[in-house]
Amino acid sequence: MSTNASALRHARYVLGENPVTAFAFGLFVLIVLAAILGPSVVPYDPLASNTSRALQAPSAQHWFGTDQLGRDIFSRVIVATRLDLFIAIASVALVFMLGGLSGVAAGYFGGWVDKVVMRIADTIMAFPLFVLAMGIVAALGNSVQNIILATAIVNFPLYARVARSEANIRREAGYIEAARLSGNGDARIVLTQILPNIIPILVVQMSLTMGYAILNAAGLSFIGLGVRPPTPEWGIMVAEGAAFMVSGEWWIAFFPGLALMLAVFCFNLLGDGLRDIVDPRRRT
Amino acid sequence: MFSLIFNRLMLAIPSLIGVVIVTFLLTRALPGDPAAYFAGPAATEQAIAEIRAKLGTDKPLIVQFGRYVSDLARGELGNSLTTGQSVAKEIATRLPASAELTLIGLMLVVILAVPMGILAATRPGSWIDHVTRIVSTAGVSLPVFFTGLLLVYVFYYRLGLSPSPVGRLDVFLSAPPHITGFYLIDAALARDAEVFVAALKQLILPALTLAIFALAPIARMTRASMLAVLSADFVRTARASGLSSSKVIVTYAFRNAVLPVITTLGMVLSFLLGANVLVEKVFAWPGIGSFAVEALIASDYAPVQGFVLTMAALYVALNLAIDIAYGLIDPRVRISS
Repeated sequence: MSTNASALRHARYVLGENPVTAFAFGLFVLIVLAAILGPSVVPYDPLASNTSRALQAPSAQHWFGTDQLGRDIFSRVIVATRLDLFIAIASVALVFMLGGLSGVAAGYFGGWVDKVVMRIADTIMAFPLFVLAMGIVAALGNSVQNIILATAIVNFPLYARVARSEANIRREAGYIEAARLSGNGDARIVLTQILPNIIPILVVQMSLTMGYAILNAAGLSFIGLGVRPPTPEWGIMVAEGAAFMVSGEWWIAFFPGLALMLAVFCFNLLGDGLRDIVDPRRRT
Repeated sequence: MFSLIFNRLMLAIPSLIGVVIVTFLLTRALPGDPAAYFAGPAATEQAIAEIRAKLGTDKPLIVQFGRYVSDLARGELGNSLTTGQSVAKEIATRLPASAELTLIGLMLVVILAVPMGILAATRPGSWIDHVTRIVSTAGVSLPVFFTGLLLVYVFYYRLGLSPSPVGRLDVFLSAPPHITGFYLIDAALARDAEVFVAALKQLILPALTLAIFALAPIARMTRASMLAVLSADFVRTARASGLSSSKVIVTYAFRNAVLPVITTLGMVLSFLLGANVLVEKVFAWPGIGSFAVEALIASDYAPVQGFVLTMAALYVALNLAIDIAYGLIDPRVRISS
């Protein structure tokens, strides 16, 4: 309990000392609220088109203006939060499982397990990541599930490497030796001793890669993969508004792009802040 | 030195083998039977079997892989389903457009980010330090297609400074005679100032978009590594010996600080090559990225596969070049190898 209380105190100290992290945390709460409550609080139906109100600039009625079909952009941007956040969280959770577990196994067992995992990670790293993600989605089929899978795969090396080096350090630690001597099997040691100890580090990794996951997924849907229109999603909405940028209707692409940017910005700052809390040595 | 290059070449080979295996597996993972796709919906069972035999998809996986590798060795990437054109030829004609864009983008990044990092490190806590931090954090959070569109809106629609964001050259001008495929170089070689300026005007916004995206890692790394070097003993000694501050910073500190920056270039290239696809889409740039995107929409896999393979091969080659450059700059790497 006292360690919990001191961790909390430390977290409050970091938030207080670092207004940027506090700001990011506030933004994060807003994004989560938009994802949960979004569809029930927006003023208009995000799919309802109304051609008599097409291409209107932002006004009191339509805060972010309307698009070429007269749909309310504000409603669409808010409603899209849930899908974008879901894709990012799902892919990060997936890579957390895949990369975290195989990295821990590689670091703990060494030998051929280590060789195989690291060989896979190196092969993935030999591709420009976004290009590999495109190839995966093209091959497996154009769907949201495959966007999630592709985003998870391209992040795999990061997680596997971090988990491997952390597990490797702890392999010979005293408490692991003790657990081994008291008759625990390898699987049990990995799951109950090593994994819980490196979870904070992996969680930092998760929030650092959330921003990248959002960008990756939005980039894929920008080029026409994954989510399909008319579903509100930030990447597609920017793509739909792109053609209007050259004729001056800036708001169609601007607001979804801004939402995207704020979300990524928020997770990047939050990741840095979390890292300061978990691992103050790596502070830059 | 030669042994360093040789060793590094040997290290690149497993990566290339991995790349070839992955691109092969990705085609085999395609949903549905390509033979049935080629044969069309009205085909009989027998016709499909014949096409399957022609495509070789009835053979064991390992035989198919052997065929794939021998095709690759002959520079054969298959044909596009929609246009029937050879993918290898199409990629070869489009590659210079992408390469020119990426290289100019890379040059812009280095020109902008390295001085920013140095200035931020030499004046920590000053306004330039804060600006560097804000710009680099914002730059990495900006989706690259969004930055591109904002630049188009401001510089094309609002200010009218840049030409219409379509393609490599104004439609009224004809391309310079093909020598390298890089319009800037070709136009300069042909002494055609008009085409050179026009090509530069088309290039500057997409290249800047790429540069903004890749600014953060280089600026941050330059700053961090300059800070570390500036507090080293040899810099203090140089200062104490009365050398001018610019000499200390440029010749003593920067030459040592540049090494980690070069390592980061590898990661930055991964970003740039990926971002290239999005930038090409925004600026209707006729490179290999937009070629792949068009094929993706049409579910035409051969061009996508050729594209992924080309990009990965480029990336492996560029990383190799970076490592060799590292060895050239840092004598310690040469000795330890």
